[in-house]
Amino acid sequence: MLEEPASEAQVPHVQTVVKKVRGTIHVTQNRCKGCGFCIAFCPPKVLHFSDEFNSHGYRFPQLKNQNGCTGCDLCGLYCPDFAIYGVMQKQGKKQ
Amino acid sequence: MTEEQMIAAAPEGCGECLPPNPVEGFLRSERMPHIWCPGCGIGTTVNCFARALLQAKLDLNKVAVVSGIGCTGRVAGYVNLDSFHTTHGRAIPFATGMKLANPELTVVVYSGDGDLISIGGNHFIHAARRNVDVKIICINNFTYGMTGGQLAPTTPVTAISSTTPYGCYEQPFNLPNLAESAGAVYVARWTTYHVRQLTHSIGEALRKKGFSFIEIVSQCPTLYERRNKIGDGLDMMEYFKESSVVKHGAPTREVGIGFQGPIVVGKFVDIERPTFLDLMDKQMTRTLDAHYTGSVVEQNVRG
Amino acid sequence: MKRTHADPSGVLTGKHFLDGDQACCEGALAAGCRFAAGYPITPSTEIVERFAQRVPQIGGMFLQMEDELAASIAIQGAVWAGAKSFTVTSGPGFSLMMEHIGYAAMTETPCVFVNVQRGGPSTGLPTLPAQADMMQARWGSHGDYEIIALCPNSPQECFDLTVHAFNLSEQFRVPVLVMMDECVGHMTEKVVIPPAEQIEVYPRRYTTLPPAEYQAFKAEADLVPQFARAGEGYHFHVTGLTHDEHGYPAMNVEPQRRLVTRLMDKIRCSADALARNEEYRLEDADVVVIAYGITARVAMRAVQMAREQGVRAGLLRPLVVWPFPQKRLRELAAGKNFAGFVVAELNCGQVFYEVERLVAGHVPVLLEGHTGGTVHKPEQILDTILRCANVAAEVSR
Repeated sequence: MLEEPASEAQVPHVQTVVKKVRGTIHVTQNRCKGCGFCIAFCPPKVLHFSDEFNSHGYRFPQLKNQNGCTGCDLCGLYCPDFAIYGVMQKQGKKQ
Repeated sequence: MTEEQMIAAAPEGCGECLPPNPVEGFLRSERMPHIWCPGCGIGTTVNCFARALLQAKLDLNKVAVVSGIGCTGRVAGYVNLDSFHTTHGRAIPFATGMKLANPELTVVVYSGDGDLISIGGNHFIHAARRNVDVKIICINNFTYGMTGGQLAPTTPVTAISSTTPYGCYEQPFNLPNLAESAGAVYVARWTTYHVRQLTHSIGEALRKKGFSFIEIVSQCPTLYERRNKIGDGLDMMEYFKESSVVKHGAPTREVGIGFQGPIVVGKFVDIERPTFLDLMDKQMTRTLDAHYTGSVVEQNVRG
Repeated sequence: MKRTHADPSGVLTGKHFLDGDQACCEGALAAGCRFAAGYPITPSTEIVERFAQRVPQIGGMFLQMEDELAASIAIQGAVWAGAKSFTVTSGPGFSLMMEHIGYAAMTETPCVFVNVQRGGPSTGLPTLPAQADMMQARWGSHGDYEIIALCPNSPQECFDLTVHAFNLSEQFRVPVLVMMDECVGHMTEKVVIPPAEQIEVYPRRYTTLPPAEYQAFKAEADLVPQFARAGEGYHFHVTGLTHDEHGYPAMNVEPQRRLVTRLMDKIRCSADALARNEEYRLEDADVVVIAYGITARVAMRAVQMAREQGVRAGLLRPLVVWPFPQKRLRELAAGKNFAGFVVAELNCGQVFYEVERLVAGHVPVLLEGHTGGTVHKPEQILDTILRCANVAAEVSR
């Protein structure tokens, strides 16, 4: 069976993966309704709300920095609005 | 699947060209944004459903989604599959007719607690009894969202709804227990917090032959939470995270949900039992022998 | 659309001695129906009892559902999976099916509902006849919509009109209601079932367009859209909400006007072509009796008795009651010596009001009603014929 989704306690486990992979997110800004699930449940805690607003008046998620995202796509799974997803960029690939 | 395997299976891209959202092809993108409120959990479950379908590697042309009426009833309209938004409470008998007339189809009923268990309660228990091979995904948000937050058959005792303004005093249904008692072969419960487990569970249900039931405890920030002063969608998710206890195989009679109380989640039932069509074929062959032409309404399906 | 012939596997060709219920079942099988769902109710149950016995041997199934709500929607699930299907019921069950008649009308699901009418209201007279569901058939579900309703008056017609009902449901993509009654359902007579090649079957209007070009509710010239079934890659959406041509919810004034108008017009504009009447001694009739189903058999005797007394009476028997044969009715009312209409029916006035509405006070319309439980006596209808002739004579003096 599956483990619980990665919580803070499991971050070291995820970090071992970070060494091997880097990821990023893609956000369709105008779909976002600002629920914040992606930010709250991001295992490496690399997301935060934008300063600007989308066309519906919501702040949407952004990466705090380019290095912490593992591309695990948990944000994509949580997003109720299909506005965000994560992708993994394996090392050695064209950057 | 472990977290590492999940990551290995995640979509891969390069800095210049991102792959499309893995669920995009599964959605009717032209209909986005959807009608669900900010912080509603239904979209999250659709996300999990989409990923489960993709991982199950099913022929999406052979998957039909049937919904009833209500907020969750709108799921059918957003998935890019053959989809049917039926009448209130009648998604299961519609799905029964569809599955039996063409057993090649994977028929998923995607609806809410009020639709499936209150107005559609009779159909629910009978389809489970017959073990019709349909997959039931039931979003339980403890209320009737679409009509403004009235008492549902799942509203916990003491919770406020618009028709129980002084607090609910009716005993709610314990859905996994109801499903198991009526004969479901697969029964699981997760919350919208448990996205990976839910995705895995939907995948199991899609592969399971027979009446499969997944309850997804979800949040309704606009009506249920506001009236009950719980907070927003995220507050309810935090409650799910803090108060859920994973107990696979837990006796379903012990998994009832009290107001903001602990939620037992997990896979409770996974048994084998011949389906309606299996039993029909067996009985008809026994009595009619060579005169029996098979259960499939094939002439019609071939046109 | 090219008509085809019945699949011989379901056609019990030959001369039989059947009751109306059994003949109705044979009609459904001959029309290609291979899926039925139902819930037991007197006096209709024999139809599905026979179906349950016959269909496993010709490739199909009967599904006994938990109630009429379930039965009337299960058949529609089967239709969208590709089957031809029907359900049968009587009074109380018919009331429960109303929502799904509306759903079938809104979603243009071709299917057949058989109502073997019994006395009402409520549980009423389960084993005795009435024709008191005619307006419920017409208006029973909420909202504006059109259906087609057929009224057989013999076991032979139960066969013929059930085949016709399936054909019309496919042609117009509309629920078609076969409005039998307990007498016709339980009356046993000779029924001739022709060879399969002599039974015309209207095939489902499957689309020939590729999925990328297909719009599930885009109508053709006759206002009926092409059909796609689940599992073929069309990824279409069906909803009971007001929808656009893609089938997507479009809940506004204009889409509502467009959709509801089309659903009504596809039947209304074809009303004259749909009309099927049996006429008896109408060529010189001054008094025209309008009767359908079992009552028409009694009315025919009453017409003969009136003739014996020197009153030129005739009988107009609509086989298709909805849409009502208004063109023929108006032609008759315009006749030179026309005296009036007598509407004889096993209810307290239903089709009567439709006739009154259509003639709008220009000619007398008399009701020969009956609260049901048995059929009229010919003398009752005769009295009203004579009264109608006298009323007309007084008016002309």
